Amino acid sequence: MTTTTITHAPGETRDRRPNAVREGWLIAGRDVLHWVREPWGLIFGLAFNVMLLLMFGFLFGGAIDVPGGGDYIAFLLPGMFALTMLFGLESTMTAMAEDAKRGITDRFRSLPLSSASVALGRAIADLASSALSLGVLMLGGLLIGWRPTTGPAEIVLAVVLLLWLRFALLWLGIYLGLSFRGAGATTAVQVLVWPIGFLSTVFVSAETMPGWLGTVAEWNPVSATATATRELFGNPTGATSGWLAENAVLAASVWPLVITLVFLPLAAAAYRGLRR
Amino acid sequence: MTPRNLTPTRPPSAPGTPTALSATGLRKHYGRALALDGFDLEIARGTVHGLLGPNGAGKTTAVRCLTTLSSIDEGAATIDGIDVRQHPALVRERIGLVGQFHAVDEALTARQNLVLFARLSGLSKVRARSRADELLESFQLTDAADRAVSGFSGGMRRRLDISAGLVLTPAMLFLDEPTTGLDPRGRATVWQAVREIAAAGTTVLLTTQYLDEADQLASRISVMDHGRVVAEGSPSELKRRLGGDRVDAVIADAALLAQAADVIGRVAAAAASVDPDTRTITVEVADGAKALTPIVRELDLAGIAIDDLALRRPTLDEVFLHLTGQPGAADAAQQPAHEEAR
Ligand SMILES: Nc1ncnc2c1ncn2[C@@H]1O[C@H](COP(=O)(O)OP(=O)(O)OP(=O)(O)O)[C@@H](O)[C@H]1O
Ligand SMILES: [Mg+2]
Repeated sequence: MTTTTITHAPGETRDRRPNAVREGWLIAGRDVLHWVREPWGLIFGLAFNVMLLLMFGFLFGGAIDVPGGGDYIAFLLPGMFALTMLFGLESTMTAMAEDAKRGITDRFRSLPLSSASVALGRAIADLASSALSLGVLMLGGLLIGWRPTTGPAEIVLAVVLLLWLRFALLWLGIYLGLSFRGAGATTAVQVLVWPIGFLSTVFVSAETMPGWLGTVAEWNPVSATATATRELFGNPTGATSGWLAENAVLAASVWPLVITLVFLPLAAAAYRGLRR
Repeated sequence: MTPRNLTPTRPPSAPGTPTALSATGLRKHYGRALALDGFDLEIARGTVHGLLGPNGAGKTTAVRCLTTLSSIDEGAATIDGIDVRQHPALVRERIGLVGQFHAVDEALTARQNLVLFARLSGLSKVRARSRADELLESFQLTDAADRAVSGFSGGMRRRLDISAGLVLTPAMLFLDEPTTGLDPRGRATVWQAVREIAAAGTTVLLTTQYLDEADQLASRISVMDHGRVVAEGSPSELKRRLGGDRVDAVIADAALLAQAADVIGRVAAAAASVDPDTRTITVEVADGAKALTPIVRELDLAGIAIDDLALRRPTLDEVFLHLTGQPGAADAAQQPAHEEAR
């Protein structure tokens, strides 16, 4: 009987040392294979965003006033961008929960990987898919008349702030996915992103909402990113006065930082907690 | 750019020590339940060690604690002389694990899974591909290599799972019930793989519910129950302690059962037990197959006809009865039928 096939004869060595960046790419590459092999999830996700855009833009849009004036489509688009970042939360959570449930996470944990590799892989894959959604929405927006009216620096900063929110929600998603693995947990998040999305300035300006609702919407991190993005694209912000109107870019920078500072350690603790 | 032979998978640490794995007094709680309760194990370098126990004995918990997947509440464990609790990352570089439950990506193909895990284990793209091909070939998965795992049968998944744990040949390999759910051919493949891996110098810890599997593969066996090891020894030592083989005789005429039990008990010089429902008389025999002829002759002389006569190894239930004086676990009775039939 030969001993060259089942045992790893050639030198009994690995070619490379553990390296978080390389491993993160490999783990993210697994998501790309998923998209290629089963593209329908991704395609439906993108189609859903476009559908929301058309629904709000044309069906409800005529009935919605933008305080301070301006075209509703131009107001809506940046809001949709921010909402898409929020929706990404669910895919992060689902991916983490599924991998933990299916033993894939244990397989990763039994390999001599760097401790950050799994999170890094998740981050790369999720930021990539959110960037893709963003690109599709922007194209859709351009087709129905949305235009950024500022310079390239502002446009780049707007995209960076959007992905910065997505990055922050990554840690919340990893934390939730590892901590609540029951089938109900994902559904709960799927449902809960809606009130969070509506209780923001994504679809309507806070100034048209009843008093306390308007306050809640102004303090919603999604509103901060939506308003800052509107400002940076040169679109109507729907915010004529108040703290957020003056400090939108600051708020859109600080909110994700706060979320990251809170949930990155919690996500790391939840990952370590798998050893329990 | 990248030099080959960068990290030996079998590091030269503590080369003189003959001990590959040592665990003393491991304790592990799940809530208020004690899954490990003073678990001790010592495995000599380069040997195959069987860990035998019924459902819920704590085999998987022991493997998870030793492979750093679960934390150890109390006790000490070393692999290759490296403390498992203090240096989990160093331990992971030396071990391979095939867990009890499937841990491959259902949405990917068999080949994509193997290439991914090979690359994550540190192989270059080219070497990962050729390694995947070798493993697919060895585990008879070449034909299914490019199909999604979600369409695999249980046995195919199991073989893929095992091959994913064998990408590199580790210094110490943990196999948690590797053959549960495999058909005889799949089982033979896995057994052959274990033998080859051991022949290449890897130390193997293999958990199983099947005495014959441990007997086939392991040079030493630990029997565990209720979170601790209740007996340890070479297969022949244990068999001696278990009282050797059993003969089952099915008597044709139920009325003659008592008389037959007398005859068989006298020939075997041991107390024979009677199961009236199946008309089966069971007796422990010391000298294996040699015991059959006198039993047949004496029954014949007494004019007792038999429907069936079989020599078999003790079942796991009998092992536990013998070692602990009580059935091993509440669900030990749910052993698969073929275990009983051995
Ligand atoms: N994650 C867990 N949470 C709670 N209890 C657990 C957990 N894992 C194991 N246990 C308990 O610990 C005990 C030992 O379980 P373990 O899985 O180690 O047994 P086993 O010998 O591998 O059994 P089997 O042959 O069924 O695989 C059992 O009583 C089980 O209920
Ligand atoms: Mg088990």
